[in-house]
Amino acid sequence: MANFSIDVNGESRQVNVDPDTPMLWVLRDELNLKGTKFGCGIAQCGACTIHLNGEAVRSCSTPISAIGNASITTIEGLSENGSHPVQEAWMEEDVPQCGYCQAGQIMSASAMLSKIPNPTEADIHQNMSGNICRCGTYPRIKKAIMRAAEKGGNNE
Amino acid sequence: MTVIKTKINRRSFLKTSALAGGGIVIGFNWGCTPADMARPEASAWYEVNAFLTIADNGEVTIMSPNPEIGQNIKTSMPMIVAEELDVNWEDVIVKQAPLNTESFTRQVAGGSQSIRSSWTILRTAGATARKLLINTAAKEWQVDPSGITTENGVVKYGKMTMTYGELAAKAVMEEIPEEVELKDPKDFKIIGQAKKNVDLDGIITGEPLFGLDFKREGMVYAAAMRPPAFGTKLKSFDDSDARAVNGVSDVVQFGNKIAVIANSTWAAMKGKNALKAEWERDGKLENTTDHDRQLLRMLDTPEKEPRRNDGNVRRAFANADKVIERVYEAPFLPHNTMEPMNFFADVTDTKAELIGPIQTPQWTQGRVAQLLGREAADVTIDMTRMGGGFGRRLYGDFALEVAEISDKIRKPVKLVFSREDDMTAGTYRPASKYKFRAAIKNGKIDGYHLTGSGVNSGNVTRQNWFPAGGIENYKVETHNLRSNITTGAWRAPITNFLAIAEQSFFDEVAAEIGMDAVQLRLDILERAKNNPVGEIDYEPEKMIGVIKLAAEKAGWGNAPSGISHGFSCYYSHNTYVAEVAHVTNASGGPKVARVTCAVDCGIVINPDAAINQVQGGVVDGVGHAMYGDFSFVNGTPQASNFDKYRLIRAKEAPEVDVHFVESLNDPTGLGEPSLPPAGGAVANAIAKATGNRLYKIPFIKEEIVFG
Repeated sequence: MANFSIDVNGESRQVNVDPDTPMLWVLRDELNLKGTKFGCGIAQCGACTIHLNGEAVRSCSTPISAIGNASITTIEGLSENGSHPVQEAWMEEDVPQCGYCQAGQIMSASAMLSKIPNPTEADIHQNMSGNICRCGTYPRIKKAIMRAAEKGGNNE
Repeated sequence: MTVIKTKINRRSFLKTSALAGGGIVIGFNWGCTPADMARPEASAWYEVNAFLTIADNGEVTIMSPNPEIGQNIKTSMPMIVAEELDVNWEDVIVKQAPLNTESFTRQVAGGSQSIRSSWTILRTAGATARKLLINTAAKEWQVDPSGITTENGVVKYGKMTMTYGELAAKAVMEEIPEEVELKDPKDFKIIGQAKKNVDLDGIITGEPLFGLDFKREGMVYAAAMRPPAFGTKLKSFDDSDARAVNGVSDVVQFGNKIAVIANSTWAAMKGKNALKAEWERDGKLENTTDHDRQLLRMLDTPEKEPRRNDGNVRRAFANADKVIERVYEAPFLPHNTMEPMNFFADVTDTKAELIGPIQTPQWTQGRVAQLLGREAADVTIDMTRMGGGFGRRLYGDFALEVAEISDKIRKPVKLVFSREDDMTAGTYRPASKYKFRAAIKNGKIDGYHLTGSGVNSGNVTRQNWFPAGGIENYKVETHNLRSNITTGAWRAPITNFLAIAEQSFFDEVAAEIGMDAVQLRLDILERAKNNPVGEIDYEPEKMIGVIKLAAEKAGWGNAPSGISHGFSCYYSHNTYVAEVAHVTNASGGPKVARVTCAVDCGIVINPDAAINQVQGGVVDGVGHAMYGDFSFVNGTPQASNFDKYRLIRAKEAPEVDVHFVESLNDPTGLGEPSLPPAGGAVANAIAKATGNRLYKIPFIKEEIVFG
């Protein structure tokens, strides 16, 4: 076990865990931030997507020992009250079915829009194909991303 | 207008106290943002019946009785109650009801039956409360109740008005009305209007809504090791390395499984991976290659008593100008809900408290009680939102496991499956095969003979559905291959592949006899409608309706250059669906670009959510037809995570246009029916685009390069 000080959603947090503990489980079990989801544990489904210095990463395969001073953003810290343009677009399109994968989808989409403010369909396919939606809400996810982009989706 | 005797449902109105004691309520959520932000906070709530509670400020809490699996009934069921109660949807707060068999019937998510089976119950619950409020106002004002009207939570008589909130305290003292009137569907104001998912805010902000998110102070975590192959059992194990993992507190054997108990999910999983177990054979170690051979042999074997045998099939084939015969094959499939199986249990000397994602809370309650030797009344089950189900969460094995673990360690514990555990623990869509034969005489289908076979599948046919009744000589046979591999319901059980095979076959028959694929189906349906051969369990008229609508909306027969159309239709879960797949065939190979879908599901409760369900079913159907692949070698599953098991992704998903038949009929199922026709529409469009017929799932293993 080791002590780590990490920056999560703009706050400094201290945890005592094994260095190989994935950020996913640090967030969920230690910090009680349940929005980041467990899906596969091998970076294949995207349910656990968070931002590390603004980049979308799979927290299930990112050990806490690799975090260092990087700033972490989770779905809970993406905005106050769900007001990020991507979250708002998700509301307007009423995207979710079961909803389980959607936090990861939103984190991937918001990271993409911060780099590509006006994505083409091909951009969306390329950047969102790491996130699985078993309910098949892909057509709505695409619409919501387009809608967020129209409104200036990077929130910055 | 329909008059309903409330006596038949009286039980649910009288035993309301059971609701309060039924267990905790999870996932408390605002139905919507209250329109009037200046409204005073509720200071008292009055329970009118098991479904609804009215506050003195006019807010209404509506309980959603059934488990929410992504089918959106947590929004649509309360909409039905609110419609008959006649309140503003903005004043409604929705809560997930606990399991309460005294007050609610069929608290199940399965078979696409939640809305259909509860339609009248939900309407009656709302209408009875409305009538009660009217009667209360009538007494208050000393007027005839028949002259009283309601509008959006307000009772009116002439110029006098009172809100439901003002009446609630007195209303709960009044007699429950013996008879209520239900609205004419033409007057619906909430039903038929798009309402947002009541959990939408929580989903997009990461609130802890799901089973995996549930946490109790003092709870420990468990990960379990199960036999690696069907046909094996635990021989011995060494847990010294597991116990050395930081955070691991205990290792317990239960049956043929071993649970590692720890203070975090990660420690429990690490501990499980550090277990060294030896397994020994206690049954056959089965192989997919053997199943394939046995299932194919069954297709050439007559059933002792066919499921159905109209006319004289033998003569029809003997006299045929031409016989068309094709075999279609599909593998097992895991469900792969995005939220892996998990459940919480706290078993003490006096009670067993279970909380988690479950499609069958009542059945599971009984099984847990039996397992622990308790009374069902001492077992409570509370339902969280589910990260998908698709049939997997019908089975409750995970709830039984955690109950057993908690009983052994006497601690509140959360059992979490890894993806590998989830994909290899069992309960798969059965592998199945079909042989279709058609006897062609004078350019028409004179004889039809279907033989099906499946692994632990029961009857793999639907002998009284299309094309039953539409073909003079008609025979259907089925065979079941017994296996120690566990199988179960998987979204649209049986029909999820039967439809692909059947609809591919009709397309091929149409091509062979030089007939339009849509017209061929319409001709059979006309016969079934006007002069059916024997009894049938579907309505040809409704099938004709969706076929014509889909053909019209897709531009059937007028595909633009570069696009190939494929047609398919299917009836399941009391709903009729026709689909046209639009496939492009550019340099990369064929690609499903779009699917046009026509649906007759009766009254559509929540149109935008209904479109979402249909789109999802189509994407799911296309995805599993294209990529679904799962096999066994010596009883061992050959894929255990998404690196080896392919699910459809964003870049492969088609656009889906959805068109509902306008209807005033009672609503039918919607969670499943759009899935069965999808794979057939794709296969038929690909055949048109490439000339290659697809006979085996997954399509990507066939000799075509896909785009």
